[in-house]
Amino acid sequence: MTLLTLIPFLGALLVACAPSCRIARAVGLAVMAGVLAFAGTLAITYDRAAGGIQFLERHAWIPSLGIEYFVGADGMSLMLLLLTALISPFALLAAGPGLSKLHVVLILLLETTLLGTFTALNFIHWFVYYELSLVPAFLLIRSPGTKAATAAALRFFIYTLLGGIALLIGFLAIQLATGTWDLIHLAMLGPKVDPLLAAQFGWPPAGLLVFCCIFLGLAVKVPVVPFHTWLPDAYSESPSFVTMLLTGLMSKMGVYGFLRLLVPLFPQRMQELSTPLLWLALATILFSAFAALAQTDLKRLFAYSSINHLGYCLLGIFAVASVPLGAPAARAAATNGVLLQIFNHGLTAATLFCFVGFLERRSGGLRGMADFGGLRAVAPVFTGLMGIAIFSSLGLPGLNGFVGEFLIFGGTLHLVWWAAALAVIGLFVTAVFLLNILQKVFAGPLPGHWSKFPDLTASEILTVVPSIGLMFLLGIFPQLLIALFNKP
Amino acid sequence: MKTSPLSLLALIPLLPLFAAGGTALMKRGRRSVAAGLVITAQAAATLVSLLAFLRTLGQEGSPHGTVSEIWNFPWLSLGDQTLSLGLLLDPLGAGMALMVSFVSLLIFIYSVGYMKEDPNFTRFFCFLSLFSAAMLGVVLSNSLLLTFICWELVGLASYLLIGFWFHKPEAAAAAKKAFLTTRIGDMGFLLGMLWLFSASGTLLFYDNGNGCLEQAALTTLATKTVCLGLAVSNGIALLIFCGAAGKSGQFPLHVWLPDAMEGPTPVSALIHAATMVAAGVFLVARMFPVFSATGIVSVALTTVAWIGAFTAFFAALIAVAQTDIKRILAYSTVSQLGFMMLALGVGSVTAAMVHLIAHAFFKALLFLGAGSVIHGVHEEQDIRNMGGLRKFLPVTFVTYAIGMMALCGVPFFFSGFWSKDEILHVAHQWPVSQGPFFLAAAAAFLTAFYMTRQMCYVFAGSYRGEAHPHESPAVMTIPLVLLAAAAVLMSIPATPAWPWFHGHYTGHAITLNLAKLVTHDFLTIAGLSVLIVATGIGFGYLLYRRVGKEDPLARFWAFGFAILARRFHVDELYQATVVRWLGWLGDLAVWIDRWIFSGIVRLVGALSRMASAGSDLFDRFSINLGFDSICDGLRDGGHLFSSWESGRVQAYLRFLGVGALLLLVILGWLLT
Repeated sequence: MTLLTLIPFLGALLVACAPSCRIARAVGLAVMAGVLAFAGTLAITYDRAAGGIQFLERHAWIPSLGIEYFVGADGMSLMLLLLTALISPFALLAAGPGLSKLHVVLILLLETTLLGTFTALNFIHWFVYYELSLVPAFLLIRSPGTKAATAAALRFFIYTLLGGIALLIGFLAIQLATGTWDLIHLAMLGPKVDPLLAAQFGWPPAGLLVFCCIFLGLAVKVPVVPFHTWLPDAYSESPSFVTMLLTGLMSKMGVYGFLRLLVPLFPQRMQELSTPLLWLALATILFSAFAALAQTDLKRLFAYSSINHLGYCLLGIFAVASVPLGAPAARAAATNGVLLQIFNHGLTAATLFCFVGFLERRSGGLRGMADFGGLRAVAPVFTGLMGIAIFSSLGLPGLNGFVGEFLIFGGTLHLVWWAAALAVIGLFVTAVFLLNILQKVFAGPLPGHWSKFPDLTASEILTVVPSIGLMFLLGIFPQLLIALFNKP
Repeated sequence: MKTSPLSLLALIPLLPLFAAGGTALMKRGRRSVAAGLVITAQAAATLVSLLAFLRTLGQEGSPHGTVSEIWNFPWLSLGDQTLSLGLLLDPLGAGMALMVSFVSLLIFIYSVGYMKEDPNFTRFFCFLSLFSAAMLGVVLSNSLLLTFICWELVGLASYLLIGFWFHKPEAAAAAKKAFLTTRIGDMGFLLGMLWLFSASGTLLFYDNGNGCLEQAALTTLATKTVCLGLAVSNGIALLIFCGAAGKSGQFPLHVWLPDAMEGPTPVSALIHAATMVAAGVFLVARMFPVFSATGIVSVALTTVAWIGAFTAFFAALIAVAQTDIKRILAYSTVSQLGFMMLALGVGSVTAAMVHLIAHAFFKALLFLGAGSVIHGVHEEQDIRNMGGLRKFLPVTFVTYAIGMMALCGVPFFFSGFWSKDEILHVAHQWPVSQGPFFLAAAAAFLTAFYMTRQMCYVFAGSYRGEAHPHESPAVMTIPLVLLAAAAVLMSIPATPAWPWFHGHYTGHAITLNLAKLVTHDFLTIAGLSVLIVATGIGFGYLLYRRVGKEDPLARFWAFGFAILARRFHVDELYQATVVRWLGWLGDLAVWIDRWIFSGIVRLVGALSRMASAGSDLFDRFSINLGFDSICDGLRDGGHLFSSWESGRVQAYLRFLGVGALLLLVILGWLLT
């Protein structure tokens, strides 16, 4: 575990000493391949029959404050480790050869912090990684150096930092009440956390306040509408390979936080507040779907679409929390659906932004839907592969996106039928704007100035083929991934 | 070697699927390899379908009724539950599979000729094969989930094929419209399926007593009710019917089907006439136990009957005023699908399925005939610019006429007569209302009328166009002849005297009983339908016998004709409502984002900036003044001292000298 987190960090140091950009990129890729192999080995050696959190490592860090270096992984963490290990090299490859050494270093540092976040089991340990990830992300977002990119990066940083502070305050209160930072221990305390908080502060709503703090911190990260306003700018101003990392991986930290921090600690609050929470999830799904419908810039469109897809995760999480007992089949379906959706969204959204990056590379930065047309005539491979990614995002059965959404909706319908019925509108609107892209960018007459539009090069095809292949594989055999978090 | 026969069933969809995968990876230039691979795979799938079909034969009169064989396999294991998919072989599916694979095969062969010039020939065969695989999956599935998966893939194939000529903006728009319109229905289907899953705990149709179409589950579904006393089974059935209505072009979701004619004609024949559009009818037939769980007259079935009857009439009316040869056939398809839905709604799966199978053959024939005509007059589709083509395209003319007579229901040698007669018969016996029966009878009249109109326009009189019409090559005419033969031969097993289809679907033994042809019951309806067809054709012939460029009907009643020609303005209505509302909601979302959400953020930002400006002022004028004076003092001192460290050696030496002198003076003074 520790080694896994260390590899990209050491790799970053190595890359920093590399004599040229090309070598830096090659070294970076080799390191990431190592991480991928390592994460894959962990997933294979994970004892599914035993389940739970394994590969534990525990060392005292600051004993006087109860802060420990404590790592481990369960099925969910392993899935996220795999996702991180997959998307990081994907983004590096998608960035193309013009990447500076600094970029490679930053991507590797980001990978370290992500791997750390997904394995840490002591809150402070977790929080350090969670906040540290902002630094490389901030630098990557503003790396184009334009005024807009700088503003977007600043906004991203301030937003998430404020969220982080709310999170920290919440957990300080919890530590005062329970005396531990240990996430496993806290999860075992579970429903007792709330009364302990009330007793500590001598004020019954203290639990609610702490709940709101933590919720806010995570809601900014996911993001939940209306805490999303940093996202469209950040996603559209940063270079596409950075957006791949932001949407594919960093947005998952928020959802992971919900599942690891909020749900186990506040089951009663989640249940009490389930109706407003479900409405927030619905607002996230529907608002972002409609907002995406009105976009003409492909990056902004996919940014909103990304919020929409994470909204389905929230829907599943809140629906499960609304019925804490009973209906085990529906709860299992929705929970598995959420986990699958996390992975599938990471894969698909990253692939879509990768294609947008390819498009920008060819068009000199243009990415408005109206700037193109009829590209299928000159770029059939581009069209075909991006079409597959778009249909994966649309939730077409046979590709990965469908399985997660099917399970989330199936479980949710059983638990809170009205939420599922309303969220279905989101599925329809998603199809509308995704097919708009196919129609406007790839079909119709080809404008004369695009008649020399180059199709994908061999290296670009190699970059996307693994993820396209995974879309098919996980669409047809979702059990491969589901096996990670279900006992055989 | 003995293999399980039912796992072989998987070959039927898998063969075309692998062929599609193979051609997808092929280079665009490998035309004959692609076509060869796809057609061979399809022929093999047809052969396996035939074997499967033969396996379901000979069971009529067995004590258990029809026998269905199942093969289930797990797909997902979540916690304690397993979600399985499966394949099912029963008469309903086997007949469909044989029809679909056979018609597909013929149309694939025809496409070799029709698409010869197209640069994307290999892609076309890839999509066709994908379609065939998905459609065969729908008909053989033993799980509603697998049905849904294949159902959506069928929709994808349809999308790809309608938009095949993607450089035409109309084709791209039509493809999107088709996908989205059917997706509206599919969202209902999805909810219905999930509700069924939630209520019965399984999505397998048959699972040795535990399936959702088996007695135990049906009883639960029929007895539980939701609001207004609606049984759960009916709620689920209505939602699933949304999906069926979308796919089968039932009102009000029919708008995509006529536009779908932007696709190449073989696509119109295969997907938008013979097979895919029948998937909705098949789905209702497959789920019939749920639709009829509360009895043969249920809320769900009544809805199906009325919508079917209305669609049959409504679409036939529109067809009367269309001028595009393919659009007339498209509305005719919508209308005939309405007939099938009507049959299901009044409780007769057999009548619906017989009409479905018969219709598949003669409508494929008509479309391929239309394709041959379009090909022959060099891509002209407006019937006003045709005429007199019987002399130029004799084979096409004869086969087209057979298809036309089958569609109109000309007695007694055409399949359409018997199948439509049966539908009118069951509609007449429906205890709820006679309304659907009259709508269907009127639709039958209109069908005979508009088909006669089309025949007159296309084949009678003299040629009004500019091209040089020619007959199509054999690779296109041979499928026409085969389909024409099928349109005639299919009438034999559909007569009441030897109701083979009926026996096949219900498992009753059948015998040849000519006496059934002279019962009072049969004679009334049959007499009526002969009368209807005769008047329809007669009227049509009288009006359009010597047709020019102007439509005689438009002269009689220009206003009504214009409404029909504009298809009752349903498209415009959708444009003005759903499409516009979606746009508004999108703009609204962006507005909220910009002015409310971001506005609040900007306000907070501005407030915090003001606060920091305030503290800045305070700092500057109260704290900083004092602080600054200390700093100034320090800085001046620093300046003074730093001027001493100028770096000039002479100055240092001077200091050194002065210092040494001073030290000497002090030392001298101390010593004295």
